[in-house]
Amino acid sequence: MTKNSIAAATLAGSLAAAFAMISIASVAPAQAQDASKEKCYGVSLAGKNDCAAGPGTTCAGTSKVDYQGNAWKYVAKGTCASMKTPKGTGSLTAIKS
Amino acid sequence: MISASGLPASAGVGFKPQHFADIIGGDQPIGFVEVHAENYMGAGGPPHAQLAALRERYALSVHGVGLSIGGAAALDAEHLSRLKTLCDRYQPARFSEHLAWSSHGDVFYNDLLPLPYTEQTLARIVEHIDRVQTTLRREMLLENPSTYLAFVESTIPETEFLAEIAYRSGCGLLLDVNNVFVSAKNHGTDPSSYLAAFPIARVKEIHLGGHEEQADDEGAPLLIDAHGSPVADPVWALYESVIARTGPLATLIEWDNDVPAWPQLASEARAANAILDRAANARAA
Amino acid sequence: MTAASPAFQDNFANALLDADRAVPEAVTSHTARTPRKRFAVYRNNVIVGLVQALREQFPAIEKIVGEEFFAAMARVYVVNEPPRSPILIDYGNGFPGFIARFEPAAELPYLADVARLEIARTRAYHAADATSLNPAHWNGLDPAALADTRATLHPSLQILRSRYPVVTIWEMNAGGIEPASIEDCEAENALIVRPHFDVEVRRLPAGGAAFLHALAMGASLGEAATSAAAETPAFDLAANLAGLIGAGLATALHCTTAHKDIAP
Repeated sequence: MTKNSIAAATLAGSLAAAFAMISIASVAPAQAQDASKEKCYGVSLAGKNDCAAGPGTTCAGTSKVDYQGNAWKYVAKGTCASMKTPKGTGSLTAIKS
Repeated sequence: MISASGLPASAGVGFKPQHFADIIGGDQPIGFVEVHAENYMGAGGPPHAQLAALRERYALSVHGVGLSIGGAAALDAEHLSRLKTLCDRYQPARFSEHLAWSSHGDVFYNDLLPLPYTEQTLARIVEHIDRVQTTLRREMLLENPSTYLAFVESTIPETEFLAEIAYRSGCGLLLDVNNVFVSAKNHGTDPSSYLAAFPIARVKEIHLGGHEEQADDEGAPLLIDAHGSPVADPVWALYESVIARTGPLATLIEWDNDVPAWPQLASEARAANAILDRAANARAA
Repeated sequence: MTAASPAFQDNFANALLDADRAVPEAVTSHTARTPRKRFAVYRNNVIVGLVQALREQFPAIEKIVGEEFFAAMARVYVVNEPPRSPILIDYGNGFPGFIARFEPAAELPYLADVARLEIARTRAYHAADATSLNPAHWNGLDPAALADTRATLHPSLQILRSRYPVVTIWEMNAGGIEPASIEDCEAENALIVRPHFDVEVRRLPAGGAAFLHALAMGASLGEAATSAAAETPAFDLAANLAGLIGAGLATALHCTTAHKDIAP
């Protein structure tokens, strides 16, 4: 028997406790999917490979996106503005160089 | 019984997971479904469960969108072997790919890119198709592309290029009638003349889809193969003229962007079936 | 036999991802010798198509930063790290690392971990299938032999250790709960698994990441519990066993001392 190891008896006892926990269903996942699931096949994700042209206008591929420091002009307008997390609100304003 | 030797001469649809319950649930106006091979290269999960269920009920066509047959580089052996695994697992009635390239260097561009039609590119493509057919141990179909521009160095008309590929490699052809219309308008040529010159005897499957209309810098029509709308009327008319020549052929409706609810896709399939039925009756008479 | 790439393809390919490059000399059209807009169709297809693939893979990231910021960030990624494989379900594996290095997103230090969670969900979705053991299977085990039992974990199972409340942040942006201030900024480790058809995301209990990691490395239940308790004094063995059994994380058990294998 290894020292400092959890004894077989402890494990056996924990198993009984675990079964008790399962019977009161304490292990639900964090669920973020639609409740109306496709029966038996789960929520389907769209396939990503495709043989059609991209949607929209033809200009999206030709304008340039710059991200050298202060050239970045996009401001995040998603939930991060309201969601206070470790580093404050995370307003994602343009970086000043 | 599903014959392994070909697709039924009826309408089919490009499968979208959101239509699974409709397609598997009731009697639908389709004889086959087509899937993009690269979306079924994961190990398991819902995609394979759905594909297996579809395969039980319908004939299956596997359509590759990433092999880069038109590229100068040697085919990606790893990708070819994944295609073989998929075909071995599902035994589709058809496997098809495109006259286009999509990889270069080590980058995959995720688009069907055009190539010049020369003796050099022709020879390379025939080699590639030979390798595909040898590896998969089956005939493949090659699809005519939608193109938005031309190459200065091209010396061979597209119809002749495809005819020569089919002759030398023994592959069949997949005739995308919407692509014929889109390319003809984009190059200022006549789609009917293109079809008259097309090696029609090699055609074993048809594709139909919607396109979008734009204009180039000079104001000339620039049609985009967007697959986001119903099949256009002039494309239906060209399709009917093709089927009158070939007799009924497996006909796929492609709708990849802004995918509609199932009833609209089913009604496109019914429209194709009506044309197929007319052709069959005309032949019987 | 393989000839060098023809010039047309090099130039065409290079100009697709770089808007500063000229339209390749090799292309033409019936309306203009240099068909700028026609070439732009291909540029658009490549960039927009790949950005779209990332949007589908990272919906929570898009929600957190907003559509416009996401599209701009995704385009920088696409241009700098285009796909190396024709299988787009694998594209985006480098996105979390890119986000971590992406200066304009530095104010959201948790963002890369949320992206890792979304990658794990896609991997779990496409992982190999396996039938999970249910509690009745575990009941067939002699409790005394438990310590020497090894478990085969479900092939879809992934563990994500985070210094941030990654599960809570993801949940708030995946439709599970409303986005709100997170007062209690405790680190969370996530478990991502697909025991059947639905991908599940769970918060791991204390020591759970170490426990499952040890099991995945082939440790026995006794060894795994020992190393989890060593790493995290608050490790609750019963709660972790309940998770292992109740969430269907194991697909087989092998007990060497009792010479017994349990499979579905």
